[in-house]
This record gives sequence, C-alpha cells and structure tokens, in this order.
Amino acid sequence: MADSTSEEYVIEVQGLRFRYPSSEREALAGVDLVVRRGEFVGITGPSGAGKSTLCLCLKGLIPAGELSGRIQVGGKAVTRQSAFLERSALVFQDPETQIIGLTVAEDLAFGPENLKRDPDLIRAAIPRMLHEVRLDGYDEAETYQLSGGQKQRLAIADALILEPDILLLDEPTSELDPVGKDEVFEVIAQLRRKRDVTVVMVEHAAEQLAEMADRILVMDDGQIVDQGPPHVLYRSAATFHRPDGERAPQIAEVLFGLLQDGLIDESEFCAREEDAINMLTDKLSRHHVRLASHG
Amino acid sequence: MAEPVQLQRMEPAIDVSEVRFRYSASGPEVLHDVSLRVEQGEYVALIGQNGGGKTTLAKHFNGLLKPVAGVVRTMGVDTRGPSVAELARTVGYVYQNPDHQIFAQKVRTEVAFGPHNLKLPPEEAARRVDEALELVGLREYADEFAFSLGRGLRQKLAVASVLAMSPPVLVVDEPTTGLDLQGSRNILDLLGRWNADGRTIIVITHDLALVAERVPRTVVISGGRIIADGATSTVLSEADLLGKAFLRPPQVTRVAQRLQKFGIASDVMTVAQLRAQLRLALGE
Repeated sequence: MADSTSEEYVIEVQGLRFRYPSSEREALAGVDLVVRRGEFVGITGPSGAGKSTLCLCLKGLIPAGELSGRIQVGGKAVTRQSAFLERSALVFQDPETQIIGLTVAEDLAFGPENLKRDPDLIRAAIPRMLHEVRLDGYDEAETYQLSGGQKQRLAIADALILEPDILLLDEPTSELDPVGKDEVFEVIAQLRRKRDVTVVMVEHAAEQLAEMADRILVMDDGQIVDQGPPHVLYRSAATFHRPDGERAPQIAEVLFGLLQDGLIDESEFCAREEDAINMLTDKLSRHHVRLASHG
Repeated sequence: MAEPVQLQRMEPAIDVSEVRFRYSASGPEVLHDVSLRVEQGEYVALIGQNGGGKTTLAKHFNGLLKPVAGVVRTMGVDTRGPSVAELARTVGYVYQNPDHQIFAQKVRTEVAFGPHNLKLPPEEAARRVDEALELVGLREYADEFAFSLGRGLRQKLAVASVLAMSPPVLVVDEPTTGLDLQGSRNILDLLGRWNADGRTIIVITHDLALVAERVPRTVVISGGRIIADGATSTVLSEADLLGKAFLRPPQVTRVAQRLQKFGIASDVMTVAQLRAQLRLALGE
C-alpha cells in the first residue's frame, strides 16, 4: 500500500524543524503536513509564523540553517542535495523579483531554456501559457509596462510553463489591488478546472481563500496550530474570533456571532459568500412565513 | 500684522484646487482638474484601483510633485515655493514599499535621520526616536539591522521614521500591504491615536473593510478624477460607483444588499452592524 500512498499524497512533511543561523527561535518547530494530489491548500497566519520558510523548503530551496525532519515532494525526498525540483514551482510575493525578460515572451522562455527544453516546444507553449493567465497577445509587450496584476500573472505563467504538478504561491496577491487579486484567483481557479495541479498558497485574503481552498492551515510560531475546510475552520473561536485573532471572512465573523446568539446552528455555518446568502435567504424567508402565519 | 499662528490654524491642511498633472510634457494627463480640501484634524481615506491617480495626487501634498496647472496648498503654503525638505516638516509621507524609504543600517539610525535633519537638540531627538519606536512596537529592535527585519516590521520602521519627525499632516500609502490582520489593525490604531491628537491623516488603501471600521471620510479616485467624496458609510455602500473604480463594497455590505427584501439596511458597513441587523430580523 506504500505505493498508493505516494500516488495520493504529493507532499508529505514529517517533524520538520528549521532554525535560521543567527536566530534563537525555530522558524519551523515541528511541522507535519500531507497534501493530496489536486488539493488546494491555503496557509495563513501572522507575519513571522514560518509560512515562507515552509514554502522554500517545499520547493527544495532550503535556506542556510539547521534542518531536521523529512520532506517528500512527488514521492521523492527533498534535501539540500536534491537536484532542481522540476515538478514544483514557486511564485513569490513580489513579481518584480522574478521577472527577468525585457519582453513577456523572453521572460517566459527563460525558465525552460535554462532547463534545455526543445526551443520549438517552448515557442509553441508561449501563446498557450499567455492564454492560461489571460495575457493573450502580450508576447512582445515590455515587462516593465505591465500592471501589478499582469506582472503577477506573468510570474505565474513563468511557473506554469515548466509544467509543474505542484504550484506553490507565497502571498501572490498582497501587492495587488482588489481587481488584481481577483484576476490572480480567477486564473488559479481556471487552471484547476483544466488540469490536475496541486496548489499550496500562502495568503492573508481570507475571503478569497475561503471561496477557493479545500483546506486551510493556520501557522503560528513555526507550527500548524489549526486547520480544516473553510466552513469548519472559520468557526474556530480560538484562532479567529478574538481581538488579536487571525482574519476570517467578514461573513464568517457575522455567522459566528449568530451562532453565539443561538440564531443559527453549527450545520448552517458557512464561510463562502454565496453559501451564506443562500442560507440566510432561506432562513429569513421561513422566518417571515412563520411570523406571517402567527400574525 | 495678524497673528500668523492663528491664521495658520484656520487654513485647511491640504487644499488642492483645479490641479492637472502629467509626468512629462508629451505624456498623458494623469490628474484632470482635481479639487480636494482636507481640514486640519481630519482622517481621510483615498481609495481607487492601482494606476487611478491616488499616489500621484498624494505626492502633490508634500510637494514631491508640482501641479502642471492649478494650485496645491499645504497648511496654507503653496507647494511650489518651499523645497521638499522644508515641506517634510509639515507633511510626513510613508511610502508603500518600505524598502524605497529605508537606507540606514541600524533601526535606530534610520529613525533618527529625520529628527537629526530637523536640527533638534540631541536629547529631544533621542526622545522622539524612542517614542516613535515605542509607538510602532519596535523598541526591542532598536539595535538590529534594518534590512534583517521581516516585511511587516520594515513597514513599521518606515512609519516610525516619519512619526519621529512629528509632522502635523501624515500621508500613509498602503500601510497594510503584506501585513497580517493584527499588523494592519495596529498601524490603523496608531494612525487613529495620532488623529485623536489633532493631526491630519490621509491614508491610501485597498482595505475597504478596515476603512469602514475606522476612517470617517472616503475619497474615491478613478481615471485621474475624484468620483466620490463623502462620509465613508455613504461612499462604501454605493456598489455602482465603487465598480467604476474597480473596487467592491466590503463583503458584509454586499451580503446586506442581497438581503434587502428582508428589511436589512443596504448601507451596512461592518461585521457588528450586519450581525445586529440579522439578529433583529431573525429574532422578532
């Protein structure tokens, strides 16, 4: 059965600990995590929780420092000695740090050219990639002229052209305005409908994360302190619904309040906007009917 | 002569009058006939999509950009007169990307740069530096290397450097970018306290949920024009208008507007308001 496990889980992390050279504190203090093929896992938590360090380790870019524990990606152990992990790709917060080409096409070609992929195949892939991130026709556009949202979508295309099974995204929308954020989320949603890509996304935008993630992890002080599907996780009083808690979608905060007031029950709690509107519409209609029949 | 101090106190903090701006003589006009008056002691949010003109307008407040046509007055002074260095005493500006602002090696040196340039006596300068670091919660980091701090802490450092100058008008560009909720709330609370002390605060942000909670007046900029200006509760409940600036009302407002037929108010702006409305509607 060991084979079927590695088929099902594309990421397996066990007892992962990491400490940066000059730091007293462990950046990762015992992380256990498995991610299923095709799953969308969101990671949230305060600054300094270890989210970015975890992303780097999953990509095999293990920073200098003390590391212990086990990381497996795509069934292969990841260590400092691992060769470049072609099956996973990492997109950083600031697209400026990863765009190299003067034109969009040059930028897209850079990664696969470095991996000595067939030039004809690269050329053929460019328009397809641009279509996937909705930058059709931008081949010859100069990269510095793109908007923030366009740059971040190009950075995602730079990752996709390497055809990874696993897409790691470290706060890809934090520099973007609400429209840019939505564009990036839509591109990822579309991608998942088209192909079997596993997504691990560090993100503070709780409302968008709740709409898309199958499961959300909350990290704090180098550990995973809470996790679950959105409609369960965002009910967690210890993590979200206190003054210095993490950000939950606004609607989850409202429904948590109604739960406390005894006006809805746990099975009615949800964290996605349409689910909440449907549930509330239904509840308010029944309430009106009841009032009317009593009146 | 009239008392100059008294006279200054009556002046608006920022008075932008029929301003037009383009970055180069042949380039497109990016601000079209913009007028905006912010009184002293106000707390105002500037919102709108990237590229809409928010930052371009805000850079006129401290004279970093000068209008091609029209006039900008800051505490009554035409910004075309004094140098940017002189205006920095009046208008503090915290840039969106802290790394565009931080240049010193140590945290303390970075924060001390402003007070030092104001030629304050050393004891006064040191007091301001300590106070600013305390306010943003960076006191224990005073002797660390500035660029070794995480992004959220660098953002706070950028704010502290400006606070140490103690300017009467503070412009803060996207202070919550890359910050977690607690970090965002801390910064906005800090700005709120500064506003309560009588300072004028202008914050540029995309975080409409935080604006709804904390900022009384909202100005929407789109395509180089001001398309709305008023009480935050009024401005943020107008979905059509926000849509023009590629913004969306906060989630609670969107949900409330879909539940209007059950008597839920359409200008709900905060979690507490929607909860109260639903409690009423479901509890009758």
